[in-house]
Amino acid sequence: MTMKKITGAIIVLFVVSFTTNTVNATEECFENVSRSIFKFNMAFDDIILEPIAKGYNKLPSPIKTGTSNFTSNIATLLSIPNSVLQGNFSELGNSTASVLINSTFGVLGFFNPAEKIGFKPHKEDVGQTLGTYGFGPGCYFVMPILGPTTLRDSLGMVADTFVDPFAHVTIRENELFGLSGNDLDYFSVKGTSAVDFRADNITSFSSLEKNSIDLYSSFKSIYLQDRENKIANSDTSQDDWGNLEN
Amino acid sequence: MNKFKICLFLLFFFSHFSIYAYSSNPKEFVLELVSDAISKLSDKSLSKEQKIEYVENIALENVDIKALSLYTLGELRKTLTEKEILSYQSSFEKYFLKSLTSRLTDYSSSKFEIVGSEQKSSNYTIISSKITPEDESPEIKVDWRIYTKNPEKPLIRDLIVEGLSLARTQKEEFSSILSSNNNDIEILTKKLNEFVSN
Repeated sequence: MTMKKITGAIIVLFVVSFTTNTVNATEECFENVSRSIFKFNMAFDDIILEPIAKGYNKLPSPIKTGTSNFTSNIATLLSIPNSVLQGNFSELGNSTASVLINSTFGVLGFFNPAEKIGFKPHKEDVGQTLGTYGFGPGCYFVMPILGPTTLRDSLGMVADTFVDPFAHVTIRENELFGLSGNDLDYFSVKGTSAVDFRADNITSFSSLEKNSIDLYSSFKSIYLQDRENKIANSDTSQDDWGNLEN
Repeated sequence: MNKFKICLFLLFFFSHFSIYAYSSNPKEFVLELVSDAISKLSDKSLSKEQKIEYVENIALENVDIKALSLYTLGELRKTLTEKEILSYQSSFEKYFLKSLTSRLTDYSSSKFEIVGSEQKSSNYTIISSKITPEDESPEIKVDWRIYTKNPEKPLIRDLIVEGLSLARTQKEEFSSILSSNNNDIEILTKKLNEFVSN
C-alpha cells in the first residue's frame, strides 16, 4: 500500500514537472470557473469569515497573541520535514529549536520565547520545497474556501498532510511521542489559523476591496508574489522596472 | 499696506511650499516625507478635506506617477499612440490619487523607522523601513523604490510592503483587464474613469 502511494506520488511529480515547466505562472487553468469560485469565496468571507475575524479582533490582546502563537507553533512543525527535504539545515535548526522552546517554555506554544532569543523560522511547505527543486508553479486557479493556488502548490498541499507531524497525529490518526488527536483537532487549528490571518489583515483586505478595479487579479498577483518570496526565503520584490524613463 | 500684503503672501506661499520640499538624499527624503505625513495625518485640527489635499499635493510632487502609469501598462505602452498614452495617464493620475486618499481613513498612529538603504544603480535606491503600529499589531516592513536619475529630485516609484510590490500588483491587475479585452486601452481608461467618478 505504501509502495503504491510512493509510486503514485512519483507519477504525479513527473506529470507536474512536465506540465509546469511549459505553463506560465500567470496562465489560468480555468479562469471562468476560478472567477466564479472567487465570487463564492468572497461571499463566504462577507457572511462568515469577516464577521468572525472582526469578533476575534475584539478579544483581549493577550488572548489573540496567545492564539496566534499557538497556531503558528503548530504550523512550524511542517517546516521541519520540509527544511530537511530542502537540505536547509540552518532553517531546520531554527524551526526545531523554535517548536521545542515554544512547546515547553512557551506553554504549548501560547508564548513565543524562541523569537525573543533569535529563533524566527520561515514557514516551509511541500509547495515551496518543490519550488526550490525547480518545479514551476504551473497554472493558477482558485479553490473553494481554501482560496488561490497553483498546480504545484495544490499538489504540495495534499503532500503536506503526509509529511506534517501534526497531520500525522490528527487526520492520519497515528501516535507520535505518545500524542494523538483527531480530524476535529486538525480542522480546528487550521480554521483558527485562517481566522487569525484574516483578523490580522482586516484593514488591508478592505483597502484592497475598495481600491481594486479587478479584485480577482489583485489577489492573484499578491498570491503569486508571496509564493515567489517564500520559495526564495526573501522579502524583496523582483526588479522589472528596467530603464523606464518618465 | 501693499508691502504687508506681499509679505503675508510670501510667508503663506513658502510655508506651504516647504511642506513639499524634502532632502535630495533618498534616505533623508523618505524619512522627512513620512515624518511630515504622520504629523499631518494625526493632526486633529485638520479636516479630512485638508488632509486629502495635503496627500494629493505630496503625491503629485514626490511620486513618479507618470512612470508608474507607463510601468502598469507593461509592454503594451510601446504599441500605443501618444494620444492614447496621454489620455490613459490623465485617468491613471486621478485613479491613483483617489485610491491613495481613500486610504487616509485607514491611517492609525504608527512609529516609522528607516532600517537600511541600498543603491541598486545610478537610477534606483531602495530604502528599507519598518512601521510599528501603536495598537500592538505586527510590525510591517516597507521598502521604497526611489528613482534617482535626477539626484536633486528623488521620486518614489514603488512601495514594497512585506515583499509585495504595489506597482507590480497594479500592473498585473491592469494586464488581466487588458488581456480579457483584446488589449484595448480605452476599456482600461474607461474603467479607471468609472472608479474615479464612483
